[in-house]
This record gives sequence, structure tokens and C-alpha cells, in this order.
Amino acid sequence: MLLINCPWCGPRDETEFHYGSEAHIAYPEKPEELNDEQWAEYIFIRNNPKGWYAERWVHTASCRRWFNVWRNTINHEFGPSYKPFTKQPSRPK
Amino acid sequence: MSTVQFSFDGVTYHGNKGEPLSAALLRNDIKVVTESSYLFRPRGVFGLGYEEPNALVQIVSGSGEPMVPATKIELVEGLVVKSLAGVGDLPISPDKARYDKTFKHVDLLIVGAGEAGLLALKKEYKKNKSIIILDDKPNVGGYKNELNEKIPQELLKNLSTDNVIQLQRTTAIGLYDQNYVVAVERRSDHLSSEIIPNFARMRTWHIRAKKIILATGAFQRLIVFPNNDRPGIMLSHAAATYLDKYRVGTFTNCVVFTVDDSGYKDALRIQDTGTNVKAIIDIRQKVSGPLVDQVKKKGIQIITGSCVTNTNSDASGAISSLFVTKSDLKGNINGETNEIICDLLAISGGWTPTVHLATYLNIKPIWNQNTASFNLTKLPKNIEAVGYVKGDFDKSTNPPAVFFGLIPEGEDAKVSFVDLQRDANIRDLRRAVGAGLTSIEHVKRYTTIGTDHDQGKTSGTTTIGLLAQLINKAPGEVGTLTFRPPYIGVPFSALAGRDLGILSDPIRTTSLHNLHLNAKAPMEDVGQWKRPWYFPLEKENMHDAVIRECRAARNDVAAMDASTLGKIDIQGPDAGIFLDRIYTNMFSTLKVGSSRYGLMCGVDGMVFDDGVTTRIAEDRFLMTTTTGGAAKVLDWLEEWLQTEWPELDVYCTSVTEHWSTVAIVGPKARALMAKLSPDLDVSNEAFPFMENRYANVANIPARIARISFSGELAYEINVEAWFGSHIWQEVFSQGKEFGITAYGTETMHVLRAEKGFVIVGQETDGTQTPMDLDMDWIVSKKKDFIGKRSFARTDTSRTDRHQLVGLLPVHNQDLLPEGSYVTKDEETIEDSVSKHIGYVTSSYYSDALARTFALSLVVNGKSLIGKFVSIPVGDKIIKAEIVNSVLFDKENRRRDG
Repeated sequence: MLLINCPWCGPRDETEFHYGSEAHIAYPEKPEELNDEQWAEYIFIRNNPKGWYAERWVHTASCRRWFNVWRNTINHEFGPSYKPFTKQPSRPK
Repeated sequence: MSTVQFSFDGVTYHGNKGEPLSAALLRNDIKVVTESSYLFRPRGVFGLGYEEPNALVQIVSGSGEPMVPATKIELVEGLVVKSLAGVGDLPISPDKARYDKTFKHVDLLIVGAGEAGLLALKKEYKKNKSIIILDDKPNVGGYKNELNEKIPQELLKNLSTDNVIQLQRTTAIGLYDQNYVVAVERRSDHLSSEIIPNFARMRTWHIRAKKIILATGAFQRLIVFPNNDRPGIMLSHAAATYLDKYRVGTFTNCVVFTVDDSGYKDALRIQDTGTNVKAIIDIRQKVSGPLVDQVKKKGIQIITGSCVTNTNSDASGAISSLFVTKSDLKGNINGETNEIICDLLAISGGWTPTVHLATYLNIKPIWNQNTASFNLTKLPKNIEAVGYVKGDFDKSTNPPAVFFGLIPEGEDAKVSFVDLQRDANIRDLRRAVGAGLTSIEHVKRYTTIGTDHDQGKTSGTTTIGLLAQLINKAPGEVGTLTFRPPYIGVPFSALAGRDLGILSDPIRTTSLHNLHLNAKAPMEDVGQWKRPWYFPLEKENMHDAVIRECRAARNDVAAMDASTLGKIDIQGPDAGIFLDRIYTNMFSTLKVGSSRYGLMCGVDGMVFDDGVTTRIAEDRFLMTTTTGGAAKVLDWLEEWLQTEWPELDVYCTSVTEHWSTVAIVGPKARALMAKLSPDLDVSNEAFPFMENRYANVANIPARIARISFSGELAYEINVEAWFGSHIWQEVFSQGKEFGITAYGTETMHVLRAEKGFVIVGQETDGTQTPMDLDMDWIVSKKKDFIGKRSFARTDTSRTDRHQLVGLLPVHNQDLLPEGSYVTKDEETIEDSVSKHIGYVTSSYYSDALARTFALSLVVNGKSLIGKFVSIPVGDKIIKAEIVNSVLFDKENRRRDG
């Protein structure tokens, strides 16, 4: 079970959280101006890197707040967590 | 040491309290414990701990447990076990023992309290405030303890201090990310063969440690040669420990077959117990040193550069003699063969570090040719390995030979066992290689080696070594097998703890629940909710009850408990704008005091929830959701508010449990409402459809809503949950003169389906757009909302999508099973197979229509209205006509009374 650092509550067990997939994918400002391919890109297409990945989690069973976090998809090591709309910390090494 | 009585396969025996059952079996001269799983060959005790591949037994006494190694059962008075051949029986009756779980955060966790673990504790003690040290044996000391060597006091003194939790009989079964360890502690089986009341038989420990030290030690492994599986052939450390520490007697003449110096150490221990060690057969050409000298001094013959090439058995199947021949390290035999009579063959095939826990984290053990073992040398930060598991073996001894056994051909290959528990042998290994497999993972699956209860603890490294030899590679190039938790077999009850029965999942009940129980209504599970299904009169079946309830709702007045609908209080100046974006239709224009039905979609345009939302005030809405979807919807709302629209000043709070809702439904609902609430003007002009009024109902302040999920005139009375029972009782006492009838979820379903109202999750499965559900009317053209852009995708505008339609079986009493396939109009089952064009989502008998009917999703269904389809049911075909999904009161004449 992962130990995830909620930027508001601190480190907590994974069972308290829900996963939210890749971070920094904004809802398009004008969806109607996108072609099918661009819109499909927004809905369906996500990166799946081997290594560090900025992703979203929500602390469902506690503060109920969303945040972003760096996670290494190879060994599940966590980098820094950060609140939405704050500056993204640089990719961990 | 006291003597206790136990039963094995129905026969009573005696043994020493606390000794392993395996020792007691040997003490009673039970060499043949079981037959092997596949080849039915006699097998006996082979090991000393969880590596045991043969002597598995079923515990019959106490809680009962299938497949437990006899090596890990401590003898107690009254223990009843029986042998098994590879397959145990699950106990049939529920386990009455208690199981617990506990959670700990510590600075340091040490896995293994052998010498290495105790040394680590001494070294780390001052640096860590909270420490857990756990070990799967009854006492600390591990290997040293089995050698009867004394553990120095300085290694023990920290164990009994306040900041150390010492757990014996506790096995770490899994190691997970961020240093999370699950361990199972066996607390009572060594105290009593019976269930001890009010005492946890096992406790599962969930431990998060800042640092973990793995001191898990090593297992001895077998050597492969023809007939290496006979009872009386044992790992040398196990044999020496049974004879020396447990004094089982049993054996008269022993031969040791070794690849390392452990065989010499064990030969000396065995010789000291009075069992005659006739020879040590060593595959190595030259050995020297103090151990060898001691062996020579005792007069034990040493046969170097040789290998056991076969064994004979007595009538029981136990070993009676062995054959020895000169052999090199590749297993090339030459020279004369000699027979040695013996009843014990002690095997020292080298040590296999217990690396399992680390490999669960995808850490690869590294091959070391000098120690002939895969060791944990590279570990992530905060995990350390010490002792044997790291490859730190006794450096004063001669290096072990890298030798795993013979690789014979023909008949001999079939009896040269690699994995004793799986009966997997050299022939299997040869066939795997012959089939072109070179990866150890493929070989494992092809041969099943390492896949049984023991997970190949004694056979894993041997398999790698022999495979390497067969494909001319080094063991390090072949690499290790993947182990997966749990490290040992664990009863589900230990993992479940007390979360059983009604505690396995929360049960949610409304404030009216006890009244429903008193009315003897059977309950239906809707998510975690219990909802009354129907309210049978005495001796009435469900069908008749539902007809009576439907009739009351359509002709008189009926009441249902609608409290389980999810309710979300949405407040803030931007609440209207927010709902416009969430729902497919407009809410910012809704008048205060009015309600509107809304549909929400995902960004993919697929319907995911619906419900009626009421504007309570300019800046406040009360949203209702489906009963099962409430939590998901609240998550959804908060996600958009937090991650996309933080500028919107809106707050959402779940208030599902705060309000009780009683719906009164039917043509006489108005009269009953007037009686319940004399001050309220209930006329259609003063209180129209989809509006709300505040009034006292039976003297309780209530919000009354003109909402209908049945098509009938209906009022939903919302009161604080405390008053739910009062209102329900008043509705029934005051409604008596109107024929008030309680109805449950089944009647609710029939009534709504007659009107073509969908249930999200029944008519939908996450692949329906509003248009698929014939709900184009609810999709706003004026504004953007979540999912809107998806309606212009080519996929969602396809004409051959599944669309909601009604189905009327040609024979009007035929009831279509829900989930049935709808196929083109075919005459035979054969023709209809694989021509399905849809499926039945809801199907009921309708009293109002005096016939059966169904809702269904059919490809391009709206264009097929008036056409006939075939529904294969069992070996019959039911014909039905496709019709509009609204079957009753299409003009909505009834909803205003």
C-alpha cells in the first residue's frame, strides 16, 4: 500500500485516496472549437511514461482535496506533492 | 518437557509438548507421512520450517486449517491432524475463533530474530525510538537455536525494553511500497488444540516502518538424483536438528550427501546422537579444515568427488540404501558404483537465502558464484539486508560447490525430482528446454516448478542451476523466479479479522427502517442501502403484492420511502452557473422554490447520473442523485470545483442522511396531502408540478415537492430525519380512508418503467448519451456543459447506436428475463445466435397495461419501432414488438391529478 503525502494532511495510506490520472490536463477553454482528434486527445489520451509522472490524487476519506504529486512509475517512489494551481516542483532525479 | 497426546490419521500418538509435529511424527517412526500429489509416491518429512514440501497436514482440531506444514505446528494436547496428498479440505462450518488486526508505525522493523536480526537490534537499538522485531519461530536465535547454541545475553537484553515489540510465531507475508509490511502472528495454536474463547487466534500486523532490516536467513536446498524423494531423505540441517535438538531417535544408519561444509557440521551432530554416520559423500574433489579433521577423527568415511546416483527403498517406500559413484561438478558419472545401506540420507545442497520479501518490490537478487546463492546485495534506501540473506555465510569454511544434481535421461529422469511438492522432475525440465524455453519464468509455468504451496523454497535455486546447465549459461544469467506474496499460506480469516458478516461492509438504513421491518417487508440491497422491496400482506407472494401496490398508486394513493436518494446541498453565489456546467440543461434560470430534472454526463458525453434539483434560495440548491451514485456525484462536483473552476464560489455538502422523504403517490394524494397539511393550498393552480412549498405536515415543518417518478400526482414530503417515522405513521393513519398502501422498490420500478423513466445504471452502463435514451429534450443548445462537445463526435452521432425502446412480447404474459439478448426476427435459436442487436434492461408485468413489457437498448432502435424482434430464452424464442419507451399515459394527463 502506497504512503501518499497529502499537502494538507501529511502522509497517509493509499486507501484514503482516489487516483486522478495525469496532472496538468486542463479542460479546454473552447471545446467547440476543437476538432474530433483534439477533443479525443483531451478525453482519452494520457501519457504513460516509465519513470517520473506528475499525477493527481484526491484525499477522499479525509480533507477531500485534490493535489498533484510526482511519482516514479518504476518503483512507486514519490517526489514532492503540490497543491493545484501552484508552481510545479521540478522533476525529481 | 511434558508428554502430550495427539492424533494423526485417526491413530493416537505421544510426543513432547511444544516440539514440531514433524519431530513427533519421526519420534513415532512415521517416516511415510503422505503420498505425493500427482505420482502418489510415498513422502516423508523433508525440512524444518516453511520450506517443507512434503509433510503438509490438515488440522482437524480447533479452527481447522487445510495445508499446514507439520514442521510449523507446535505439539499440544489433543491436536488432531490428518495427512493430505496435495489438496486440503476447507472446513465446512464457520470458524468460531477470533482474528484481529492491528496497525503500527515504527522507526525500525527487523524481520527475523536469528543471530543476524539480534545483532542488528543491538546495533540499531539506540538510534531508533520504536522497533518491532518479528520472527516465525517460537523463540529467538534462529539457526543458532536449532544448533542448540546459546545466544549471548547482550543480544537479548534489548528485547524486553519498552521501545521494542518482539513478535514470535509471526511471519512477514508481504512487503509493499514505502516500507509497508503485513505480518501474521499465530497466538493460540501452541496454547491449546481447541478454540480459546475471547482470544484472537491470529493477529495480522500492518506495519509501516521508516527502516526495514531483512534478517530472514536461508533455507537449505535439495540435490537432484534418481529417487531423491524417498522418506528418510531429508535436508541435513533438518535431520541433524530432529536428532540432536529434538532427540527423535528413529534413524540407525545415516549417509550425508553434501556440496558444502554444512554437511560435515550436520554429520557430527548426527553422529553425536548415536545414529551411525556411515559416510559423507562430497561432490567436491578436495576439502580440508577443522570440520573435516573432526569428521575424520570420529572415523566417518569421506567419499569426495562423488555423487549419490540412486536409492532403494523398503516395503514402506522409505530409503533402505543408496548408490554412490564418482562424478564431476557437471554430473558426469564414471567409475564403479557402490551401495551403502542406510535409513537416513541427509542432503546438504547449499543454502538459498530467503529473499522473497525484497523481490516483492521487484528487487532482483544477485548471483554469487562463491556462495552459490542469489543474495540481496542491492536494496533501495531504508531497506537493509543482514546475515545469510545478504550472502554473509560462515567465511571460515570451504566454499560450496556450485552443483545442483544430476540431469539423467530416460526412466531415471522421471524420478529425479526438482520440486517435490509439484512432483516436477528432470524429464519436465528437459521437455521445457526441448520445447525451446530458456527463460526461467517460462520454464516455471511449463513445468509448474515453484508454483505449489511451498512456492519452491527448496527447489527454486536448484531449478535455476539445472536450467543454466542445460542451456549452457551461468545461474546469474538465468536470473531468479518472481515470488509473490503471501510468503506462506494465510487463512482468509486472519486477513479479514473482525470485518465479517454485518461488519464486512457498512449497512445504511433510513429512519423508517424499523417500521419497514415491522411491516415484514423483504429488503433489497441498493449499494450499501437496505430498501424495502415490497410489502406483502399475509400469505401474499411478490407478484401479487406488486400488483396490489401498483394498483393502489394508479387508482388510490400509495406511499414509499424515498429517503435513500443522494442529497447534496450546493451553496454559494455561483451555484447556478456551476450547475449549468454540470447538467446538460439549464439551472441558473430556475426560480426559487422550483425543481428541475437534470442529467449529467462525463466529458465523453455518456450519462452518469440524474436526479431532481431544487432551488432553495437564490444561492442555494438541493441536488438529488441516484441512491447508488451519491458519493460519486459529490466527488465529481468537488473535482470540477477544485481543479477546473476554483474561481466559482460554491460549496457542496452531502446531506443524504439529514432528510427523510416520504412520497405519497396516486389520484387521491391531493386529498391526503390536504388532510395532512390543512394550512397548505394543494390545488394544482396554487401548487403546480415541479414546485415546492414549506408547510407543517402532521405538525412537523416540511418541504413538500410536487415531483413524480411514477407519472401520478405525487407529493414528496421532506422532513428532518428525526421526524421520518412520525410522518410515515401519520401518512398511514390519516391515509386509511383513502386506501393508503405502502410500496417498495419493485413497484417503484414497474411504475417508472411504464412511463419510460430510465434508471441510470439499469438502462445505462456508461455508454449511453442522452440522445440514446430518447432524451434529446434535456440537452441544452444554448450553453456549454460537461460532455457537450462529445455529442458532435462521429462516434456519438452514429445512427447504429443502441437506443432506448420499449418491447411488448407478442404473447402478452411472456416475461422477458432482464439481460436477455434481443436478436433480429429469427425463427430458431440457431439463427438468432450471434445476431443480437441489443438487450433487455428492465422487464416487468404491468397491471395498468394488463400485460408484460420491457425496456431495451437496441441498435438503431428508434427506427425499428413497429418491427418485431426475437428474444432467445433458454431453448425458446419469445417474439416481441419494438415500441416507444413510454407505454403508459403518454400525454402526462395523470401527474396533475
